[in-house]
Amino acid sequence: MSTTASTKHTEAPAQPTTGAGKAADYLDQRTSIGVAVKEFARKVFPDHWSFMLGEIALFSFVVLLISGIFLTMFFQPSMALVEYHGEHPANMHGQLMSVAFASTLEMSFEVRGGLLMRQIHHWSALIFMAAIVVHMMRVFFTGAFRKPRELNWLVGCTLMILGLAAGFSGYSLPDDVLSGNGLRITDGVIKSIPVIGSFMSYMVFGGEFPGEHIVPRLFTIHILVVPGLLLALIALHLFLMVLHKHTQYPGGGRTNQNVVGYPLFPVYITKMTGNFFIVFGVLALMGATMAINNVWNYGPFDPSPVSAGAQPDWYMLFLEGALRLMPGQGTEWVILGYTLSLNVLIPAVVIPGILFTFLFVYPFVEAKVSGDQREHHVLDRPRNVPTRTALGVTFLTAFIILALAGSNDLIATHFDLSINTITWVFRILLFVGPVFAFWVTKRVCLGLQRKDRELVLHGHETGRIVRFANGEYIEVHRPLDEQERWLRVNYDAPVPLRLEPKTDARGVKRKGYAADRRWHRVSRFFFEDRVEPVTPAELAAAHSHGEHDALGAAEHPALEAGVGAGTAQEH
Amino acid sequence: MSENQNTPADASTEVTAHGTDHGELVHPERFTDPGVPEHRHRLTDTDPQANKRAERTVTLLFVLSILGTVGTLVAYVMVPPEGGTSGVRLSTLLLGLGLTVSLLGIGIAGIHWAKTLMGDHEMIQERHVTRSSDEARTGAVADLKEGAADSGIGRRGVLKGAVLSALALFPLTIAVPLIGSVGGDWKVSKFKHTLWEKGMRLAIDPSGRPIRAADVTVGSVFHVIPDVTEEYRESHEWITEKSKAVVLLVRLDPQDIKSEQGEGWSYDGIVAFSKICTHVGCPVALYEQQTHHLLCPCHQSTFDVADSAKVVFGPANRPLPQLPITVDDEGYLVAQDGFAEPVGPSYWERLK
Ligand code: HEM
Ligand code: FES
Repeated sequence: MSTTASTKHTEAPAQPTTGAGKAADYLDQRTSIGVAVKEFARKVFPDHWSFMLGEIALFSFVVLLISGIFLTMFFQPSMALVEYHGEHPANMHGQLMSVAFASTLEMSFEVRGGLLMRQIHHWSALIFMAAIVVHMMRVFFTGAFRKPRELNWLVGCTLMILGLAAGFSGYSLPDDVLSGNGLRITDGVIKSIPVIGSFMSYMVFGGEFPGEHIVPRLFTIHILVVPGLLLALIALHLFLMVLHKHTQYPGGGRTNQNVVGYPLFPVYITKMTGNFFIVFGVLALMGATMAINNVWNYGPFDPSPVSAGAQPDWYMLFLEGALRLMPGQGTEWVILGYTLSLNVLIPAVVIPGILFTFLFVYPFVEAKVSGDQREHHVLDRPRNVPTRTALGVTFLTAFIILALAGSNDLIATHFDLSINTITWVFRILLFVGPVFAFWVTKRVCLGLQRKDRELVLHGHETGRIVRFANGEYIEVHRPLDEQERWLRVNYDAPVPLRLEPKTDARGVKRKGYAADRRWHRVSRFFFEDRVEPVTPAELAAAHSHGEHDALGAAEHPALEAGVGAGTAQEH
Repeated sequence: MSENQNTPADASTEVTAHGTDHGELVHPERFTDPGVPEHRHRLTDTDPQANKRAERTVTLLFVLSILGTVGTLVAYVMVPPEGGTSGVRLSTLLLGLGLTVSLLGIGIAGIHWAKTLMGDHEMIQERHVTRSSDEARTGAVADLKEGAADSGIGRRGVLKGAVLSALALFPLTIAVPLIGSVGGDWKVSKFKHTLWEKGMRLAIDPSGRPIRAADVTVGSVFHVIPDVTEEYRESHEWITEKSKAVVLLVRLDPQDIKSEQGEGWSYDGIVAFSKICTHVGCPVALYEQQTHHLLCPCHQSTFDVADSAKVVFGPANRPLPQLPITVDDEGYLVAQDGFAEPVGPSYWERLK
């Protein structure tokens, strides 16, 4: 311990005496860690089960790192050809295969725990992507992407794309027939890119498909480039999360100016650590009991054989489905002797392009059309933002239809249907399904909002029927308690943007009117249909009405908020 | 939530006055926040016995985890992955179950501990707007201005140009050598050539045995490769060549053949087509005898072998290229020539 420091701080508190105290003192004198501990130890985090989804993604990423490092100790990313001398599995004995494939076999059959780690790694990859997608859905449907979190939403979208890249590059490493065909499809897609496609294909494969460079290249991408980027962006993601403080669900006492929850230390830290071990435990159980990617059943890559019913990992199914649904006839164009393969470009480039663009730009579009520039820390109940919720469901419907179409052969064999019929059904569904989903979801949201109003105005039905002296029966309604009511009235129903007139006060044509009008239309699309929250005045009116009821009115006219009710009230 | 809000800065929104249009009584515009709901005590907060029980459960779970770890170590020593697939499976299962217990023990113990024994009083902390204060902003801008003035970059135009050019150009020193080599020899015209040439025998995949026309019965299907040396077939180059050269051969009843891609390209009802799908390149491998349809398992493009391999369904646009064949003096099937067009998926300069 430095004596100069202690002499300088003459009024310093008592010298630490315990071991931990001394260690802390040592560290703090060199890092001022005390400040950070003071700042973070009792930092409050709101609690909700849905906040765990992001944690699951994070923890499965950690499991991927742990199991992945184990795999790197034994995996050899080389496409040199060898004859397999291992005893097991018997069907591979003496076969010619790449070193990558052979080392995958050896890792599975000779390294104790090797197969376990491979299976844990693969299951973690599937769960990682699933957790990311569901976490994104949570963020989307609750509006957690709103100001000030738009940039973190972009980080999240990038993380998802990197996750796809990680999965794809890892899947291709063992150099088996299945993943080899996946690479071949990728090559076909790359070649379809106009002008530079052939050169891009050469760039990726270091020559013609498959060549002998692709596995080592993918290996570097898989264990260095992508995990490095993922780590950096996850750090940024979490930094921004701490900076903004976590959002909270609406409820009594939760405002945009506070954060209500439990302290980081000890409650949150314990829960998070516990969750990590549970996620890891479940992944270990999956790896222990559920066989996955037993590559010796497929064999080493050979450009000739292929088996029907082969599926990519689930997160790639939507692309596979898009490729399958696109009709080929008349969609490959030859222009001045150059070939433009729309039958590949549209499903493999345009459709994912549209899906990802939607995700990236959505927060900005919504902010623009609501004209809302406030910070939001209280989450939306999905029903209270019907158009957003409907758009989210629309997106998911399209994604699911494409993914199902990616398994159309399995559906065909399983249900004994003709593959052509199924493909046609999916082609039509891809257009009709999302539109229908939008319509239904929006109706459901508006319906739920009306039901909320109904509840606030008239209370719970108790099922108790009372008879009045004049012979009239009415059911007794129990009014909502404060908390129940607050949950249902505490939201905004923004009105569409107002369109400034075409000409200004002096009758001069206003610049930017056309753009304004376009945005105005989008804004109307978002906010034209809305249900206003009940106001205290309405509640009072409903109550006095209820007394009249009790006094003998025959009818029970419900005070219902019409769609786009005239009581529009701004923020 | 909104009574605490600043009014939106966007001028395009209107604010409607409210509150007095419901008659005499004046109501507030919005309900007021009832505040955080009352705290409810847990059983473990009020009942010391329940508290003790929870503590015991947590301890027990940690002990269980230790047992799981021990179990893994025992399995590691006692059950080596021997005896092929089933031995490996058993070893995987036991190691994995031990690991699972070891991890879940810790995990569930932690959660249970936090839920039953750690404080469950909700705490409230303030948030602050993310934007930095006006002072901070002014200070930052002033600092930047001062720094920029210090560097004199604004006044020294040539220097500025030189800095920017140097920074923009130096990546070329890495990019040029990289791009030069990353695509191998960059000869993309190789897509157009396969190993097939005049007189090349058709051989069975993977044995490499040449095929006699007489051995091909009507309705049978052969997976075909060019007849090259065994040594070549063990080279890496072969995998790349094979990726383009694989062919599927079918013998039809000559009367069933509706059309061919070239006059006399079949031999006595035997037709040969490239096996590389014209969609995105999977090997087309599922043949249905009755319909003469060839199905690509990847995205279900379907080709009619009896009709020039035209596409009858699916995302492919072009027929599979036909390999013109005949027999040589010894009765073996041989190629009359190479493919007349590039095989496999389309690309920009395919027809150039
Ligand atoms: C973000 C995450 C990651 C994802 C989604 C992912 C996904 C995958 C997948 C799907 C496979 C195929 C496994 C199989 O053979 O069944 C794989 C293989 C592999 N991964 Fe990862 N991985 C990730 C991160 C990592 C990291 C961080 C490392 C190492 C530091 C790593 C090392 C490996 C290795 C060496 C293989 C080849 C071994 C084999 O195929 O058996 N991975 N990965
Ligand atoms: S590769 Fe054959 S249908 Fe897609």
